[in-house]
Amino acid sequence: MTRHLPALIIVIPLLSALVTSGSGWFNQKAPFRIAVSALLLSLLCAVLMLIQVVTTGIAMEYRMAGWAGPMGIVYVIDHLSAIVLVVITSVSCLNLVAQRKNIHAEFKDKQGAFNALYVLFTAGLIGMTATGDAFNLYVLLEIVSLSGYALIGLGNTRAPLATLNYLFLGTIGATFYLLGVGYLYIATGTLNMAELTTMIPKLMDSGVILFAFIICVTGLFVKMALFPVHGWLPDAYSQATPAAAGLIAPLTTKVTVYILIRICMTVFTPEYTFDHLDISGFIVLVAVVTIVFGSLSALAQKNVKKMLTYIIIAEVGYMVGGFFLGNRLGISGAILHIINDAAMTLALFLAAGIFIWKTGGESRSDLKGLFAKMPFTMAGFVLAALSVVGVPPTCGFFSKWYLISGGVQAGNYLFVAALIFSSLVNAVLFFRLFEIAYFEPFGEDEDHAHGHGNSHGSHHHVGALAIKEAPLDMLVPFLAACMALIVLGLYSGTIITNIIQFAIPTGVI
Amino acid sequence: MESIFSLVLAKANYAAYIILMMIGLYAMIAKNNLIKKIVGMSIFQTAVILFYVSIGCKKGATIPILRHHGHPEPVGHAAENAGAHAMDAAHGAEKVVAHAVDAAHNAVHVADYINPLPHVLMLTAIVVGVATLGVALALAIRVYNTYGTLEEDEINQQLRSG
Repeated sequence: MTRHLPALIIVIPLLSALVTSGSGWFNQKAPFRIAVSALLLSLLCAVLMLIQVVTTGIAMEYRMAGWAGPMGIVYVIDHLSAIVLVVITSVSCLNLVAQRKNIHAEFKDKQGAFNALYVLFTAGLIGMTATGDAFNLYVLLEIVSLSGYALIGLGNTRAPLATLNYLFLGTIGATFYLLGVGYLYIATGTLNMAELTTMIPKLMDSGVILFAFIICVTGLFVKMALFPVHGWLPDAYSQATPAAAGLIAPLTTKVTVYILIRICMTVFTPEYTFDHLDISGFIVLVAVVTIVFGSLSALAQKNVKKMLTYIIIAEVGYMVGGFFLGNRLGISGAILHIINDAAMTLALFLAAGIFIWKTGGESRSDLKGLFAKMPFTMAGFVLAALSVVGVPPTCGFFSKWYLISGGVQAGNYLFVAALIFSSLVNAVLFFRLFEIAYFEPFGEDEDHAHGHGNSHGSHHHVGALAIKEAPLDMLVPFLAACMALIVLGLYSGTIITNIIQFAIPTGVI
Repeated sequence: MESIFSLVLAKANYAAYIILMMIGLYAMIAKNNLIKKIVGMSIFQTAVILFYVSIGCKKGATIPILRHHGHPEPVGHAAENAGAHAMDAAHGAEKVVAHAVDAAHNAVHVADYINPLPHVLMLTAIVVGVATLGVALALAIRVYNTYGTLEEDEINQQLRSG
């Protein structure tokens, strides 16, 4: 049974996505139930595989349809992919449970379609993480992208245009990656990542390999919204419905960073990426610009969701910069930040989803007086915000600590300065929100409305009274995500020594 | 100059795919009409398909289906197949010998066949391209229903004014 886990974790959601879309015709509640149970089963598979990989210390390899090695497609679960799989499945599961009411309200008769896309998106991410074949990765990347376009396009009236722009850039990114894989194939004659690793050292001086590297990495940069090619992300993510944003925002960029790490470390060896090519410094510089730009743009936003999307861009800068520092501390920080940032972004977007559900507005001023009305939600939101700022003992502090230590060790003080600057900006951002939510009384224009007339006044009044704590089935998953921030923080040492340490090749110091 | 020219000519397939790719990229970035952008995207993807197909090709080679598969004479296949059940057991040993002889006779020369893998990969890429095109067109319809136009500048004007 455990032997087949790497296949089951993707086959279960893939097949249930098919069933889900049809089940909506027969029963309104069936799609949600099927989707949640499929994702729970995947989560179970992921946890079992993580336990097996950590206890045995050996990567699991699964040969699809029994075809071995370079001829067939293999799925490889090592320390890195096992932990990322757990992150993907748990985030996807928590978000779906938390957004049940949202999905029901927004997609009344289309719940089957939405849940099917949701599960398909998750299946694609799982496949991207688990696959050991460079071309299979492209196919799964496109599955993720296509279901992601559909999920975002289901948002408000502005969503289709934003999605179309995302689709153009996403296609450019994925096609660049495909082209890079083509050049890799020309040079090596294989698409299997494990075999590529053994062949790259002999071809270090090849121009074809250099071109393949540049074009692959550029494609991934477009997909993860690094600075000059970030334009699609804020529009697309902020127009999506809360249910879709809560899935896509925490996972897409993070998994793409994982793919970058996988491509640079497993396919092109660290010796090639860091020592042979003299580009690490330049990419760290781009990451620094991304961090500063993302933070400053977030500062300029009045819309809470849009502000969060710019924070995502800054966080992409953290991870890419930390990875390209090229030392053990920096890479550990980048990998730890993939896990932590997925949890933080999930918590923030769930909080935003609750605010929108309760107040109906997305603007900063819609948060007025919410501390008094929704104490538990706001407590969770404060926790998530402190984690983004990087206050111990939340998990955000620990990954930032590793990233900063990595920057100091590499002597890259610009990166360190950018991280500290971004933390300060985040503190300003969130404390500004807290100020509005804590000090400004709820419904400031209430008296104003009273003066106007009874009908208006009573309407406002009802609105003001109706806002109480969020419903339990939204609140519980949200608070679980917030608790995860502390748990991840407290156990970050364990995660580093038991998992991440083995994910980095021994050659990296 | 001449050497560059001959270099390009010798690798005309690569030049063609890069030109096509740039046409597509130009259309995606510079065109104002969303449908033209979508057409550009399709050209962009097709360029990579051309690249892959051309790397699998070889002059004078054929498709990778083995012409000899253990039978010295291709005649009488049907009859042989009909009686295969009866004959198989009896001729099992004989066949092994025949195979061995055959293998020496008709050893597969890799150089005679093209590499099928890039072509097979492109079947998947074509499907992906069609799916992307479909999603893009569906989104374009929704954009048109919302704004009543597919020209980007007109849409931006509407967004700014309202």
